[in-house]
Amino acid sequence: MNQREITFAQAINEALMQAMAEDSSVYIMGEGVPDPKGIFGTTLGLLEKFGSERVLDMPVAENGMTGVAIGSALMGMRPILTHQRVDFALLAMDQMVNNAAKWHYMFGGQLSVPLVIRLIIGRGWGQGPQHSQSLQSWFAHVPGLKVVMPTTPRDAKGLLLASIRDNNPVIFLEHRWLHNIAGHVPAESYTIALGEARVARRGQDLTIVSTSYMTLEALRAATWLSAAGVEVEVIDVRSLRPLDAETILASVRKTGRLLVTDTSWTFCGFSAEIVALVAEKAYSHLLCSPCRVALPDAPTPTSHAVAKFYYPRAVDLYKASCKMMGLQHAEVELEILSTQLDVPDKSFTGPF
Amino acid sequence: MTTELLKQLFFSMLRIRRVEEKIVELYPQQEMRCPVHLCIGQEAVAAGVCATLTPTDAVFSGHRAHGHYLAMGGNLKAFWAEMYGKATGCCQGKGGSMHLVDLDAGFIGSTPIVGGTIPVGVGAAFGAMMQRLNKVVVIFFGEGACEEGVFHESLNFAALKNLPIVFVCENNFYSVYTPLSERQPAKREVYTLAQAHNIPSFQENGNDVEQVYQMAREAVERARSGGGATFLEFKTYRWREHCGHNYDNHIGYRTETEFLEWKERCPIQHTQMQLLKHRLLTEAELEEMEKEISLELEEAIAFAKSSPFPEQQTIFDHIYV
Repeated sequence: MNQREITFAQAINEALMQAMAEDSSVYIMGEGVPDPKGIFGTTLGLLEKFGSERVLDMPVAENGMTGVAIGSALMGMRPILTHQRVDFALLAMDQMVNNAAKWHYMFGGQLSVPLVIRLIIGRGWGQGPQHSQSLQSWFAHVPGLKVVMPTTPRDAKGLLLASIRDNNPVIFLEHRWLHNIAGHVPAESYTIALGEARVARRGQDLTIVSTSYMTLEALRAATWLSAAGVEVEVIDVRSLRPLDAETILASVRKTGRLLVTDTSWTFCGFSAEIVALVAEKAYSHLLCSPCRVALPDAPTPTSHAVAKFYYPRAVDLYKASCKMMGLQHAEVELEILSTQLDVPDKSFTGPF
Repeated sequence: MTTELLKQLFFSMLRIRRVEEKIVELYPQQEMRCPVHLCIGQEAVAAGVCATLTPTDAVFSGHRAHGHYLAMGGNLKAFWAEMYGKATGCCQGKGGSMHLVDLDAGFIGSTPIVGGTIPVGVGAAFGAMMQRLNKVVVIFFGEGACEEGVFHESLNFAALKNLPIVFVCENNFYSVYTPLSERQPAKREVYTLAQAHNIPSFQENGNDVEQVYQMAREAVERARSGGGATFLEFKTYRWREHCGHNYDNHIGYRTETEFLEWKERCPIQHTQMQLLKHRLLTEAELEEMEKEISLELEEAIAFAKSSPFPEQQTIFDHIYV
């Protein structure tokens, strides 16, 4: 059996290649798309293959260019817009929320906006207050948008292809710490339906609902917990809107315990929505209070000396899980404690 | 300009005026339960510009869009039904006065975020160009939109890609109650902003439909023949309040004298005088026009009033495709 492994970034690249080959109305635009770095490698080779009419750099005008993408979509194109940081997209909230999300609705179903906006979430390496936010909750708040956060390379490709084929505006959030992680990815073109969560690990004692990179931390914690006799079910949300509520609820009904971990802030954040969902729909199944492990209520500090206390990690999930299980968390020598905490792995040496 | 064309432009303006006046008349009945931004006094811009286009072109507008929709040939019944929040409205009751659409007429859409449709229009031109469609895009907006960042972003891109667009700025000197002098520097005319992007730009009397038409025709021809974008600033004046059906000259942000000066320059009166003076239009023809409009209006209002309201579950229709 061919278990070809490529990185998350290569999987994105492959999805873009295949989507553009399949449909001549697909085009990609963003600052740096055709440059030598190619958006962390995700857009490399596109220009050579599809030409400058479909692979475009753009003016530093996030709001205007989002409007341009929307307008072109109204005329039958399928634009993919890329920003190297989610923070930059804040300049375009007007076009995303007022126009892209509502065009189909406010004109009574006439025309639609098949638009994918790729946004990258940062973490660590001194990205600081304006280069590392995780604002998925903002987008997920808005009816009319779809919000996708893949974790694995396989999901990255399948979900991106599904997003590009979707006739609605899709916000596609890629975590910078996932780009270099490799995994099995089928070579052919395939889609993974938006709105379906992935059960990343089966277990019957506790449910961890996770988004994006936090899924990897959750799986790491689950391994340690398993050694301590606790079997965790990890649900990788994948699609925040539409949300696969049923998979989450079914798991909590089974385990009776819910821990939600997200790359964004807890306050008014996506994790709060999941806790509310479970409280409303599966309250009687809960054996203990739900718990959230996400960002503390502060902007991102830059210095690596304090950033290491800012981002939640597997050890935090481990401790929170032990508490929910009523276990004394052992003073285990957790490997994570001895590693650098502001990089995804030792191969990452900056600068962004 | 041929007599026929001038009469056509006159009729287009008169029709817009009568529709807006009918809104004034019926608005107190409280059946049109949405904000209205009337364009009485500004009809020449809509009529003059839209007469240079075909339904295969693409028009975008903002909150004060009734005239643009009607001048493009937007369906009057669907317009009234939308004003009344009916299921038969052009947006099935999801839009109201501030969201109009008639794709068959080339009116792609109007939205009330100031400047919001400017980049969308630019993108429509970009998308049409990528697909080799011979389409000219016209984007209507007010002088207030020129203060938005996205306006400049849009002009920059339109110039960069040499897109077939006519930017039509209706300068009526007020953004709600705030005069131009509070918002833009003195001695810097609005149209000169586009010159900075190397876009040919012109300023004209927006109350003279012949001049509007001539200027728009040149701009549309330039766009259609690959000459890129043009920016047109038309000075004009809204007679009624920013939002609503009343006059508001007494509340203190502008003077009755100023209003009366502009009323003297009524675009419809001006053209009517021209037509009558040169015996290009008879009183009988004028009466015929009025009758035709009045009949069409009666029908449209009856249609709107007798149409059903949308069902409750339609709230959830069209959120996604």
